[in-house]
Amino acid sequence: MISFEPTDEQRMLIQTVRAFAEEHLRRVARESDEGNPIPQEVIDRGWSIGLLPSMIPEAYGGFGEPSALTSVLALEELGWGDLTLSLYLLAPHGVALPILLYGTEEQKKTYLPRFCGERFVRAAAALLEPAFLFDPFQLETSARREGEEYVLEGVKIGVPFGAEAELLLVYANEEGQTQAFLVERGTPGLVVKERDRYAGIRALPTYEVALEGCRVPRCQRIGEEAGISMERLLERSRVALAALAVGLARGAFEYARDYAKQRVQFGEPIAHRQAIAFMIAEMAIDIDAARLMVWEAAWKLDRGEDVAREAYLAKLFADDMALRVADGAVQTLGGHGYIRDHPVEMWLRNARGLPVLEGMVMV
Amino acid sequence: MISFEIPEEIQQQREMARMVAEQLMRSNARYYDEHEHEIPWEFVNTMWPIVQQDWIRVVRRAERELAGEAPAERKREGPRYDNLRMILLVEMFTWGDAGLYLCMPGPGLAGYSISAVGTPEQKVRFLKRYTEGGPKWGAMAVTEPGAGSDVSAIQTTAKREDGHWVLNGEKIFITNGYLALEASDGIVVVWATIDPKAGRAGIKPFVVEAGTPGVSITKRERKLGIRASDTAAIRFDNARIPLDNILGSPEILDTARTDGFKGVMITFDASRPVVAAGALGIARAAIEFTKEVLEKEGIRIRYGLPRHRLTAIERDVMEMEAMHKAAWLLTLRAGWLLDQGRPNALEASMAKVKAGKAVTWITYKAVEILGPLGYSTRYLVEKWMRDAKINDLYEGTGQINTLIVARRVLGLTSRELK
Repeated sequence: MISFEPTDEQRMLIQTVRAFAEEHLRRVARESDEGNPIPQEVIDRGWSIGLLPSMIPEAYGGFGEPSALTSVLALEELGWGDLTLSLYLLAPHGVALPILLYGTEEQKKTYLPRFCGERFVRAAAALLEPAFLFDPFQLETSARREGEEYVLEGVKIGVPFGAEAELLLVYANEEGQTQAFLVERGTPGLVVKERDRYAGIRALPTYEVALEGCRVPRCQRIGEEAGISMERLLERSRVALAALAVGLARGAFEYARDYAKQRVQFGEPIAHRQAIAFMIAEMAIDIDAARLMVWEAAWKLDRGEDVAREAYLAKLFADDMALRVADGAVQTLGGHGYIRDHPVEMWLRNARGLPVLEGMVMV
Repeated sequence: MISFEIPEEIQQQREMARMVAEQLMRSNARYYDEHEHEIPWEFVNTMWPIVQQDWIRVVRRAERELAGEAPAERKREGPRYDNLRMILLVEMFTWGDAGLYLCMPGPGLAGYSISAVGTPEQKVRFLKRYTEGGPKWGAMAVTEPGAGSDVSAIQTTAKREDGHWVLNGEKIFITNGYLALEASDGIVVVWATIDPKAGRAGIKPFVVEAGTPGVSITKRERKLGIRASDTAAIRFDNARIPLDNILGSPEILDTARTDGFKGVMITFDASRPVVAAGALGIARAAIEFTKEVLEKEGIRIRYGLPRHRLTAIERDVMEMEAMHKAAWLLTLRAGWLLDQGRPNALEASMAKVKAGKAVTWITYKAVEILGPLGYSTRYLVEKWMRDAKINDLYEGTGQINTLIVARRVLGLTSRELK
């Protein structure tokens, strides 16, 4: 029966994540964006919420089952706190979930317990490549089978953690199909290059990584013979990113709303003018609409239904919405919005990154 | 638990609505578009026995109350979803045809306001006619030439004179006004002021029955779209109605209190999501048709590709679909809140804004994509575009509903945010 009411458990999770986002992510978001390292304590606290272990079954060391719907509720709160730090915290999801969904029993038993400990695991997906017209279905990075090994060749960018990454999930083109390979730190041929810099998500340490004849054993191809479905994984990634987009937008909306009520020009708050008030009303409407689209896609995911259309539309709508809302927030603050004393310019830069970050996080 | 599952019972009713929509609405849509002011009897007569069922329940309950019997317990256990049901059925009817849907017999908005605030005696006296005999309509008369979005500017007066109310004034844009007063023995709920100095507190709803001397239909409008729907102007010249034809209290308790006014405004919380749903039925029709045509031409919409690989047509169709889905989910939420007995004024206006905008843009886009035949009267796309626009206008224009949303999210009064 149709309902828009989270369960009591989900409500508690939302509370917990919101409190963490408010106390920690918001506190360090700006300084990390300016180049200060993210305090380890913030990462540890975020990890201690246990989002990832709660999606991993007991048999593999966790204490729950994957639920896209529960995840998107938590992700919205994280995104509200800070998109960049969320991506940092959620990067291991981009490795663990493909294993959980497509891994062989052996792979699940080997790798998943690593994500269920008390310590944050620096694991991340390596999907993006240095191309203008990047296409996850036609990757330049290649995987070639040689006996009991795969040989990976190519260049990845936007890879979180770089040399500190314990485990990377490298996506590569194997005879026209995208497949995923687990590459441990220190594997010969895995070469971490320069740190990448983007318009936004600056606090996330991402690197260019070269795969120069990098050899991994056959058993490190996710799903071994069966492999993965890139389409399905990207759907999960779209839903996750759309949820983060909703959170980011909600934060920007709240900031603009409060500013408009307090900023006085011509003798009254600018919120009293329809030019400002209508912009804020439209932000509120689009944020709610995007959230409901994310919920619907996540709900369908959990029911095992085909979500190709829902996930794509939710992402399309949420990306545009987040950019529009962040832009509207800057606009509401006028010249002040352009100044780095306020967070809205950072949210605008971060929002623009949402369309290119596919594959990095998942629900 | 968050869920988007539509109850089985509603799905079945929706399936029946789809059959009506296909067989009686789609097939007659063009005819009634071209024969404005003609009554679509085939549709009306088919719907009449079904519509009667709802009002039989309302009237029976009121009759039992009048007879001093305890109100019967609700039989159905489990969650309530009357508003969601309405949303899902109306969406299917306007997918069939928005103009014909509006010709649905029954007391309409008049019926809802009487069953919400009327006494048991009033319910029986005014609504019993909708449970027997031939098809009848009801209507709500709010708008005046000088009072559109600003309902407080109403100038139609109701004066108390020797045991009657005497109404004077002019009402316009009354959906089914002619059908209620001239084509059938129906009723109209008229908003009038009993004290022009009292502002909103003085505005009260009155029930006027067909055949009341001094009440006349002065115009039947000719419109851009929804031409099958009757839009009338009514004049009141010393129209005398019984004292107890007023809905709610006749007293102005305190000019600072506008309970009566608010009481009637509350019906918007229920009607706006339904109007939004009506808009989205048209939008769905336009999207489905566009996709069918494209598919026949070998163009399939591919979901999941990187953006640079999408064609312009794919992006257009996806944007149409995304807008539609956004508005539809907002609409379901607004209806669900009401079914839960929770306030939904903000969410109802959000849905209405989004749906009005979505359907207008989607149908414009459909005509654009489909070219000469999209613009041609050989198909219904151009009609859907004309029909669509009303949804951004009635039940509060897009701007008025945006204003409501803005005031609520900013926590501002109507004085602060004009």
